[in-house]
Amino acid sequence: MSALSSLARLQAVAAGIAQPLATVRHCHVSDAPLVLVPLKLAGEAAAPLAVMLGSDPGDPSLLVVPQPRNRDLRFAFAASLAKLVLNHIETSRGAVEELPPGKEGEERIRYGDAPQLLVPNRGGVAFLRMMGRSTRFRSTEGPYAVEPAVPVLGRWLTWFADRHDHPGSSLMGAVTELLRLHWATGQSSLEDGNLAALTGWIDPPAGLDGPAAAARAEDPVVWPPAGPTTDPTFDNEVLAPAIAGYDRSGGDSRAGERLHAAIAGQLTPTWDLMWRAVGLLRALPEGASVPRRWERDRDAFTYYHQTFGEAYPQARRDPPVRAARRLHDLERAQDAYDAQRAFDDPLVMAEHRLSGQAFGGTVTECDPARLDETGKRPKLRPLLRVATRDPVRLDAGATVCSADRPALKGRIVELDDDGGVVLELTGGMGRKLVPEAGVVPEVGDRVCFTSLTEGSFGAAKFPDREDTPWTHGGPPGEYVPTDEDAEEDWS
Amino acid sequence: MTEHARPVTADDLDPAKAAARVVDGVLADLGGGHRGVVVDSPPGAGKSTLVVRAAAHLAAAGERLMIVAQTNEQVDDLIERIAGKHPGITLGRLSASGYVPSERVLAHPAVRVAQKADDLAEHTVVIATAAKWATLSDGSWPWAIVDEAYQMRSDMLLRIAGRFERALFVGDPGQLDPFSTVEVERWAGLTWDPMRSAVSVLLAHNPELPVHRLPVSWRLPASAAPVVSRAFYPFTGFRAGTGPGDRRLEFGARGMGTTYDQALEEAAATGWALYELPARHTLRTDAEAVRATAALAVRLLQRGPVAHSEQGSGPVDAARVAIGAAHRDQVTAIRAALGPHGDGITVDTANRLQGREYDATVVLHPLSGRRDATAFHLESGRLCVLASRHRHACVVVARAGIPELLDAHPSAEPVHLGVPVKFPDGWEANQSVLAHLAAHRVAGG
Amino acid sequence: MTDTAPDLDRLRGGAPPRNHDARTIAALTSNPGCARRGVMDAAGVDKDAVARELGFPAPFGQSQFAITRGNAFEAQVKADGCAELLTLLRERLGLDVPEVAYDDLEVVAGNEGRELRHSRTRRLVARALENGEGTLFDHPLLRLEIAGHPAYLEPDVIAFQLAGRLHVIEVKSFAVVDGQAEPEQVAAAARQSAVYVLALRRLVAELGHDPARVSHDVFLVCPENFSNRPTATPLDVRPQLAVLERQLARLTRIDDILAELPGDLTFDLGESLAASVRAVDARYAPECMSGCEMALFCRDEARACGATGALGRSVRDDLGGVDTVGTALGLADGSLHPSDDLAETADQLRAAARLRAEALQGVA
Repeated sequence: MSALSSLARLQAVAAGIAQPLATVRHCHVSDAPLVLVPLKLAGEAAAPLAVMLGSDPGDPSLLVVPQPRNRDLRFAFAASLAKLVLNHIETSRGAVEELPPGKEGEERIRYGDAPQLLVPNRGGVAFLRMMGRSTRFRSTEGPYAVEPAVPVLGRWLTWFADRHDHPGSSLMGAVTELLRLHWATGQSSLEDGNLAALTGWIDPPAGLDGPAAAARAEDPVVWPPAGPTTDPTFDNEVLAPAIAGYDRSGGDSRAGERLHAAIAGQLTPTWDLMWRAVGLLRALPEGASVPRRWERDRDAFTYYHQTFGEAYPQARRDPPVRAARRLHDLERAQDAYDAQRAFDDPLVMAEHRLSGQAFGGTVTECDPARLDETGKRPKLRPLLRVATRDPVRLDAGATVCSADRPALKGRIVELDDDGGVVLELTGGMGRKLVPEAGVVPEVGDRVCFTSLTEGSFGAAKFPDREDTPWTHGGPPGEYVPTDEDAEEDWS
Repeated sequence: MTEHARPVTADDLDPAKAAARVVDGVLADLGGGHRGVVVDSPPGAGKSTLVVRAAAHLAAAGERLMIVAQTNEQVDDLIERIAGKHPGITLGRLSASGYVPSERVLAHPAVRVAQKADDLAEHTVVIATAAKWATLSDGSWPWAIVDEAYQMRSDMLLRIAGRFERALFVGDPGQLDPFSTVEVERWAGLTWDPMRSAVSVLLAHNPELPVHRLPVSWRLPASAAPVVSRAFYPFTGFRAGTGPGDRRLEFGARGMGTTYDQALEEAAATGWALYELPARHTLRTDAEAVRATAALAVRLLQRGPVAHSEQGSGPVDAARVAIGAAHRDQVTAIRAALGPHGDGITVDTANRLQGREYDATVVLHPLSGRRDATAFHLESGRLCVLASRHRHACVVVARAGIPELLDAHPSAEPVHLGVPVKFPDGWEANQSVLAHLAAHRVAGG
Repeated sequence: MTDTAPDLDRLRGGAPPRNHDARTIAALTSNPGCARRGVMDAAGVDKDAVARELGFPAPFGQSQFAITRGNAFEAQVKADGCAELLTLLRERLGLDVPEVAYDDLEVVAGNEGRELRHSRTRRLVARALENGEGTLFDHPLLRLEIAGHPAYLEPDVIAFQLAGRLHVIEVKSFAVVDGQAEPEQVAAAARQSAVYVLALRRLVAELGHDPARVSHDVFLVCPENFSNRPTATPLDVRPQLAVLERQLARLTRIDDILAELPGDLTFDLGESLAASVRAVDARYAPECMSGCEMALFCRDEARACGATGALGRSVRDDLGGVDTVGTALGLADGSLHPSDDLAETADQLRAAARLRAEALQGVA
C-alpha cells in the first residue's frame, strides 16, 4: 500500500466504482488460457471435490469426485484431470525458435508459446500446489499403482505453483491478484479476495454500482464462493445429502448426475466470472516489458519441458543450495519487475514520484552542448534544469535515468528550495561530443527522471549441491524414489 | 535474536577482568580444534577489538586468514584498526572494480587493494565484504573471521563457507534480523532457511560449537546498559564497563529554559530524555516531530557539549552526534530540517546505524504518531539499534500515546512450525523501554 | 467478585453469561483496542445472538465434513487409551514415557456439575505433581478468571505428565505436510493451547507448586501429510502466553470504559439494542471479519460513517490522521482547508491526487 493507492481506494468509495491503479496491463494474457476452478472437501488438506476447467468459455469440462473419501475415485479424478491438463500443456507450445548456441556450443531452443493456467485466487494456487505434492511421488507400478499421467500431472502442477511465486511470471495466475494489480476498489484488500465482489466493483452489472454488486456477491446463495473452500451451508444442505445419495445408490448414474448438477451450480458462476476477468484484463493495452517477461516464462517452460524425462519429482522441501539459489532468483525477479512496471506505466511511476524517488516536470533551462573539461579528455555533460512540484527525496549526487528512455542517464547536481532540480546528463547521448538529435530534452519538454534502475541486481554464484558446506549440514543425500513415497496414504 | 541463553557467571568480577576472561576463552577455543567458534556481542562490548585481537592471534600462529565484513565501511573500519595496531601483518583488501579506496585505507600504504584474490595470495590477512567473497569460486583459507554474523543472511554464508576451513563468528544477536523483498514462507522451519541469520543456521547444524558472550558494554554508560540489557537481552544480560559517575556530559553554554533545553539537560544529567509531543496520528514524516528531532540535535551542538569519560575529556562535535529513525523518508526529511547548523551530524536509519557509536544520539521513535503498530515497527532489533548507539546520552522524540497504541495492538502473528521463538518479543521490549523513558519525560511542542 | 461485576451482569440483561472456552478467551487478544468487544466479552454477552437480532448474523458456518473429519481424527488418536498418541510420543519425539495411566476426566459418574469435575481434575493434578502418578489426563476441566468471573474451559485437550512436568497436548485435524502447516491455523492452535497452559499453571500454583512445572512447550498432534496418521510437533507458546496474560490483566481494567457509559445501558435483545451497541465505541478493522461475531454490524457502521479504517489498517495509516473518506477526499481535491495538524497530510494527499490525475490524463 502507498498513499497513492490508498487515495485510489477513497476515490473508488466516492465514485462507487473501482479506480485504475495501472494504465497498461502488467501481465501476459494468453489467447487461450487454461482456466481452472477447483473445489476441495472441507476439513481435508488436499481432497479434491471437483474442478471446472477448459480454455473455451463456452465449453468447460467438469470433473467431480463423487465420494471424496474414496481413494480410488480420487485417483481416477487425478487421472482425468491429468489428461486434460497435460493435453493443454502439449498443445500450447507453439513453434520452436532456434536460438544462438550457448557458451559451450550447446543447442538452444525456445518454444514460441507456453501454457497459462488461471485460477480464481491464491487459495486455488495453494490447492493445486497441494494436489501436485500429493500426486508427484506416486508410483505407476506395484501395489499402489496409479495411471502414468498422475505423477506427471503432479510434477507439472508443482512446477506451475512454483512459477506463481516468481515475481512477474504469468504462467500461473490467481485472477484476484491480477485484477488487484490494475484496479483499486472501495473495500478492503481482505474483501477483494472475493472474486465476485472484486469484479462487482470493477465492472458492476447493469443497474448496480460497485458497493451494491459487492454486497450481492457476499451472499453465498447468489454467488457461491470461488473455491477451493466450499460454502458450509451448501456442504450441509446440498452436498452431504447428494454424496450420501450417491453412496446409497452404489454408484448409480442418476445419483452421480444429481451430485454433478449440484456442483456445477456452485462452479458455473465463478467460471463465468473468470472469463469476464480475463476480458477485463485483455481490454487493457499491454505494458512494454510484458513480452520480455513472457519470453523468460517461455524459456523456463522450454527448459522444464525439455528436461522433464531426466529429472526426479521436485523435492518435498528445498535443500540448502536450492533454497538459497531460489531466494536469490526471486529477489532478482522482484527487483526487475518493480522497475519494469514503473518504466512501463506512468501511474506506477507516480508512486515513486510521490515517495520522492522520481520526479516529473518541465525543462526550464538547458545547455545541451556543455562539456566537462576538467579531466584528461573532454566529456559531453549537458545540463538541465527541471521545474517540478513533486516532493523530491533524492540527494545531490544521486544517479538517475529518464523514465521514458532509461538509457539516458544523469546525476543530480543541485536541488533548490522552490522545486528546481539541476541535472547533469552523463550517458545515453551517443559517442560524440555533440548529443544525437532529439536525445537531450529541450526547454518546455515534459520529463521524468528516477533513481530506479533495472538490473541492478546481478546474478550470484552458488556452490554445487555436492559442495554444500558444513555450516549448512554438508551435502544432502541424493533423492532416490522409495516405495514409501508411492504408498503414502491419500485418505 | 538468539535462542541460546547462558547464565551470567562473571558478575562478581571487575568488568575488565570479566571481559578479559571471555576473550581469553575465545582465543583458547581458536586453538581447540573446533570448526567454528561463536561470540555474541551486545552493543559496544568490544566486538571490533576482539576481531582485531583474534586476527593478530591467528596471524601470529602462522595461519592465513580471511575476514568477512558486511559493508565497505565496516571493511575500512577493520583495516584502519588492524593496520594501526599491528603494522607487521600483511593486509590485503579485496574489492569490487568500482571501489575507490577511502582515505582511511589510503592512510596505510602497506595495505594492498586488489580486485583478484590471486594478487593477494601472499598476504596473511585478506579482508573484503561478504558480497565480494561470494564472487570467488575457488581458493581456501585455513581460518575466517565473520564479523556482524547475525546481520548476514545464511544464504550468504552458504556462498562463502567453501572458502574457509574454520571460522570465528562475531556479532550482536539483538540487532535487526535479515529481511527480504519476496515471500519466504516456503523455507520456514528448515534449519537451513536462507532467511535465518548465518549464526542461527551454523548452530542448528553444529550444535556442539562453543558460544561465548561478551559480558560488558564499553560503549553504553551505566545509565543505559541495564535498560538495554533488560529490554533486549532478557536472558543474556550484560552490564556497563563504567560506573555511574565515570561519564559526564556538560554544556558550555547555558540554556534558555526552552523545552529543548530541558530535554537536553535531562539527558545530560540522567542519560535519557523523552521529548514528548502531543498525541496525534500523523504521517511518517510528521513535520513537527521531524522539526523537533533536528532542532534537538542542533541545540545540543549549540550548547557546547563536553564529554568526560574514562577516555578523558573532549568537546562533542557534529561527528559525535547521530540522529536515528525507522524510515528512509524520515531520514531525508530530518536531513532537510537540520540546515547548516547541523552540518556533519549523521542522520540514518536503524539498519545503517548498526555497529556505529556516538557520544549523543537523538532518536525519532518508530511508533511515534502511528495509529497501528506493524511487525516492522515493533521489531525489537530496530529500537535496540536506535537506543544503543550512545556513550553518554540519548534523547527520544515521540508523540504521546504509544502505550495506548501498544495496548490496542492485536496479536495475531502467524506461527510456523519448527521456527524457534524469537526473544525478546517486540511488544515487551517496547514496553520496557517506554516504562524507563516515562521517568525522563519532557513535554514538548 | 470485583467491583465491575454488577454492572457487567446488568449489561447482559436477563441472559445468563455465555460460557467461555479456550477459543473465545484466545479471541480476546485479537482486537484488544475495541471497547465494544471488550465490554461485551467481559460481560459474557452472547454476541452471536446480538448480531442476529441486529440483522447482521455472523457468517461462521462450519461444514459437517470438517466436523466429521475432526471428530474422527481425535477419536482415532485417543482410541485404546491413547495408544496411537503414546507411540507417537515415544517414537517420534523420542520421549521416555514409562508405564502409562490414562484418566478420562470427561464423565465421572453420570451428570455431575462442573464444580465437581473441576475438583476431580484438581485432585489428579495434585497427585501427579506430588508423586508423579498418572500420565495422560484427558478432558481436564480447568478454570480461569475472566474479568472477575470464573470461566470453565471446554476440556478438549490432554494434559501429559512426564518426569514431574505437565505438558498440554492439543489434537487438531489440519494437516502437517512435510513439516509445514497453515500458519494461521497453527497460530490459532497456539493461542488456544496458551489458554490451557495458563489455566493449568494457575491450578498448579493454587496447589502450592511452582507454575513452571507446566511446560510452555505444548505438543500439537495433527494428521501427517495426506493421511490419517498422526504426527506430533512441539510448539513453544511463550509469546502467546505473554499476550494472553497481558490482555487478561487489561480486561480487569474494563471499569474505565464502563465508567464512561450511560448507567442504564443493556444489551438485552429488543428495540433499543442497536442504540445500546452503538453507545460503546468499536474499533473496526477488516481483520475482525475472521473472528468477531459483531464484525458485519461494525463494518456496516464504519462504512456508513465513511471511516477510512473500513478499507484496512494500512490505508488508514497511509492517510496519517484522517479518519473519514470525505475529509481525505476534500483535502485531496482542495475543497477543504486543512487544520494545522492536517497540513502535512493534506499536502501529501494533494500531491497524490495531482500525480494520479496527471498519469491518467495521458490515457484519457
